Amino acid sequence: MLGLNSKDFRLLLIVLGLTMLAPFILNPFPESSELAQFNAGYPDLMQRFVIFGIFAIGFNILFGLTGYLSFGHAAFLGVGSYAAIWMMKLLTMNVIPAIIMAIVFAGLFALLVGWISLRRSGIYFSILTLAFAQMSYALAYSVLTPITGGETGLQAKTFDPRILDGNAGELGRANLFGLEMSSSYELNLGAWEFTFNTGYYVAAVVLLIGFYMSIRIFRSPFGMMLRAVKSNQQRMNYTGLNTRPYTLAAFVISGMYAGLAGGLMVAMDTQVGPERMFWTASGEVVLMTILGGAGTLIGPVLGAGLIKYMENIISKINESILHQWFAFMPDGLEDLLISLIYPFIGKGWHLTLGLVFMLVVIFLPGGLVQGGQKVAGLFRRKKAEKSATATKPAE
Amino acid sequence: MDAIILQILNGLDKGSAYALIALGLTLIFGTLGVVNFAHGALFMLGAFCAVTLSRLLNTSYTVIDESRTDFLGNPMKVDMPYVMDWFGPEAGAAIIDWSVPLSIVFAIPVMIAIGVIMERGLIKHFYKRPHADQILVTFGLAIVLQEVIKFYFGANPIPTPAPAAFAGSFDFGVLIGFDAGSIIYPYWRLVYFAFAMVVVAAVFAFLQFTTFGMVVRAGMADRETVGLLGINIDKRFTIMFGIAAAVAGVAGVMYTPIISPNYHMGMDFLVLSFVVVVVGGMGSLPGAVAAGFLLGILESLASMGWVIDLIPGINQIIIYLVAIVILLTRPRGLLGRKGVMED
Amino acid sequence: MGILEVKNVGKRFGGLKALDNVNLNVMENTVHAIIGPNGAGKSTLLNCLIGKLIPDTGSVMFDGQSVLGRKPHEINQMGISRVFQTPEIFGDLTVFENVMIPIFAKRDGAFRMHAYEHMMDEKDIVAETEKMLIDVNMIEKRHEHAASLSRGDKRRLEMAMCLSQQPKLLLLDEPTAGMARADTNNTIDLLKEIKASRDITMCIIEHDMHVVFSLAERITVLAQGTPLVEDTPENIKGHPKVREAYLGEAAV
Repeated sequence: MLGLNSKDFRLLLIVLGLTMLAPFILNPFPESSELAQFNAGYPDLMQRFVIFGIFAIGFNILFGLTGYLSFGHAAFLGVGSYAAIWMMKLLTMNVIPAIIMAIVFAGLFALLVGWISLRRSGIYFSILTLAFAQMSYALAYSVLTPITGGETGLQAKTFDPRILDGNAGELGRANLFGLEMSSSYELNLGAWEFTFNTGYYVAAVVLLIGFYMSIRIFRSPFGMMLRAVKSNQQRMNYTGLNTRPYTLAAFVISGMYAGLAGGLMVAMDTQVGPERMFWTASGEVVLMTILGGAGTLIGPVLGAGLIKYMENIISKINESILHQWFAFMPDGLEDLLISLIYPFIGKGWHLTLGLVFMLVVIFLPGGLVQGGQKVAGLFRRKKAEKSATATKPAE
Repeated sequence: MDAIILQILNGLDKGSAYALIALGLTLIFGTLGVVNFAHGALFMLGAFCAVTLSRLLNTSYTVIDESRTDFLGNPMKVDMPYVMDWFGPEAGAAIIDWSVPLSIVFAIPVMIAIGVIMERGLIKHFYKRPHADQILVTFGLAIVLQEVIKFYFGANPIPTPAPAAFAGSFDFGVLIGFDAGSIIYPYWRLVYFAFAMVVVAAVFAFLQFTTFGMVVRAGMADRETVGLLGINIDKRFTIMFGIAAAVAGVAGVMYTPIISPNYHMGMDFLVLSFVVVVVGGMGSLPGAVAAGFLLGILESLASMGWVIDLIPGINQIIIYLVAIVILLTRPRGLLGRKGVMED
Repeated sequence: MGILEVKNVGKRFGGLKALDNVNLNVMENTVHAIIGPNGAGKSTLLNCLIGKLIPDTGSVMFDGQSVLGRKPHEINQMGISRVFQTPEIFGDLTVFENVMIPIFAKRDGAFRMHAYEHMMDEKDIVAETEKMLIDVNMIEKRHEHAASLSRGDKRRLEMAMCLSQQPKLLLLDEPTAGMARADTNNTIDLLKEIKASRDITMCIIEHDMHVVFSLAERITVLAQGTPLVEDTPENIKGHPKVREAYLGEAAV
């Protein structure tokens, strides 16, 4: 179907199901219950799930396929965001031109950075991309203030020209041909409440397209060449292939994904700040991709979802919530348990993230996807053993 | 002219910090072949060794001082640090005052221990893994270390002053014949520079003149052959990791009066230190030191008024710009060896 | 007229004269061996042929065109394939993909942005890959990862990758180095088979006399950076100069 084999098509269907039903899946707990704080089905967070999913899918096309570890991808996200906000200021609050220009500008910037950085490989490549990203951040923060708004960043304003909209002096809202990104439909089913947000569904559709494209790239001759680059550059060269254009194409594509993610961020929340380009943001997408499984199709999406979930949910748990949970225990045990858990929750969620990440790198270099496969393999083997022992007596 | 000299001096202390961190980074890379993203965290841990010691020294009990009264006329409660009790008020006060330099004595064993534990417990298992995995796991470790520090010490910077004797500034300009007041330079920064030079010299002397250092240098050049000679190179490399950690640690200790320690200072310095190592040449010790000072000084020169007027924003990006130019024109950095980290 | 003509090639490394006035003429459809003791300049010569080094003097012409100053992938596109001392294959990819890549490179050139179509939809390339794998007896291993193959199979796969491009010239750099006798003989048989089944020129750089005398039709003996003599194997065996410089120690 759609030019995919059955396995890939099933994967696409899974992602389709997950994204379309996300408002249900992420809100499993009734609104009034104590567990409601684990609900992640509110528009803001759901939007971030898919946007960072797109970012990670793009990063994976570079790192997962070619093995080039970029530490500066946030720069493309930032460039995409700035391009998008300018489109909204100058042309229209419709998100289409904003998103298209975000992709175009991020792609052009990636072409420049990649053209220079890809002259080197290994750690040198990582440092070069990091240097470019930090430069972009520093410049956006200071000298480029007329374009970037400096420290305060850029927001949609009432006096923006917005040529195509015919600005009537009021604050526009990001929309898709009149359909406002921030509009939501709320569905109450008994004790449950589900929110269906326009912006989320727009982003989710974009994610699906992006995911589909990434499957096509993975399975294409081009994708195979990129894996060959990762595997053995020497043989690649002596096979008559020029590795540079392949890696550069992968770099630009992944930069365009990052720009797309940046553009979508602006479409959901019409503002940008330079901190979006800081190197920790680049580090975050690395974490997401590795955590989920670099080089796998679905891994980056899972990784992005997991990290954003942890960021928003774990960081909300505080001491009093822990006390509520463990109230049934004897006091001494309760206090001990809480003091043990406390460093890992609330503001300490980064600690949890760091530890989980380390464990994954140490024990599961293939990320969560590999972990899942291992578990599945274990079950399969047990099944096989069972059937083997079952057939033995027949001998 | 005086302005230029002032900026060079200003660059020296930052350059010293870069050089010391980069020295440890490249030492670890050259000996163990590991790209250690947690090295900045070691610098930060060193700084917090100073904070810890200063807190320990200030541990007090409350006494009631009959000779003084508070505004209500009651006898005043005064915090009395234990050290004052033990060593007498004057010696005690001096010890508290000198807590930062004293922390070096405290930090060296602590940092060596941390380094050895890190190498034996984690890094050792990554020798055979790809460089990308090493970067990733040490990156994770750096996050964990800084979050632990944040948990215990909070997110705000903790001021840790230099001894009173070094608190002021001196007029460097008068010394070399400029007008008084033209080049004012804080004493502590000079101390830091001198300290960095001593540490660098000590590390070089250690590698140059001891048998241990000789084996390590041989190992840096050709690990397999040295291993074949029956020399237990792994054990030496573990110790080397401890030393690199200690160098980063003391660099952090002495830097506390210049920047109040906070939990993310390690990461801030790490990014720049990596640039320094790469500019100097991965695996080259003199390269790391030279590039550290070079970039520190360039950064400060670029922040001079007329330079910024000429090229706006140059002070923000000069280090990265230099790194990019050097990497493209001299792929192995200023003093790098051939064939290091090229795949 | 040979297919590969090396004329007056010289190369210095500092004070060391690695190659001095080397002339070499490899005729089409022959197996030409270059032998010589360690340090004779064999590797340097090879590196000059494949674009890794540029000689200080002289010219290297392949099929009427100069190879000097060209990048490795350009030289391959001219029709030179190379087999390495230790097999260089794409370890993370399957055997099938390993063979597909050179066929793509042959058809599409050094770069083509075919990022949308499925690689298995390229029917002609899939068919060609299957045929090649049948030829080298590896079709049943098509789904295995190349890194998990035995050493002999890796060598076989590398040969298949080179041959799938139908090169005019196959360069072999000590193809049996470090191999056990049985593996060496297998490799010799494989090369004989290849030679018998198609028109191909081979240039072998080799240390092992057994391999050289079983395969080569012409032999160039290199010593201290200059060709000592070039002749047929029979004549080389009896040549006094060669005995003195090289074979004497090997006691043939």
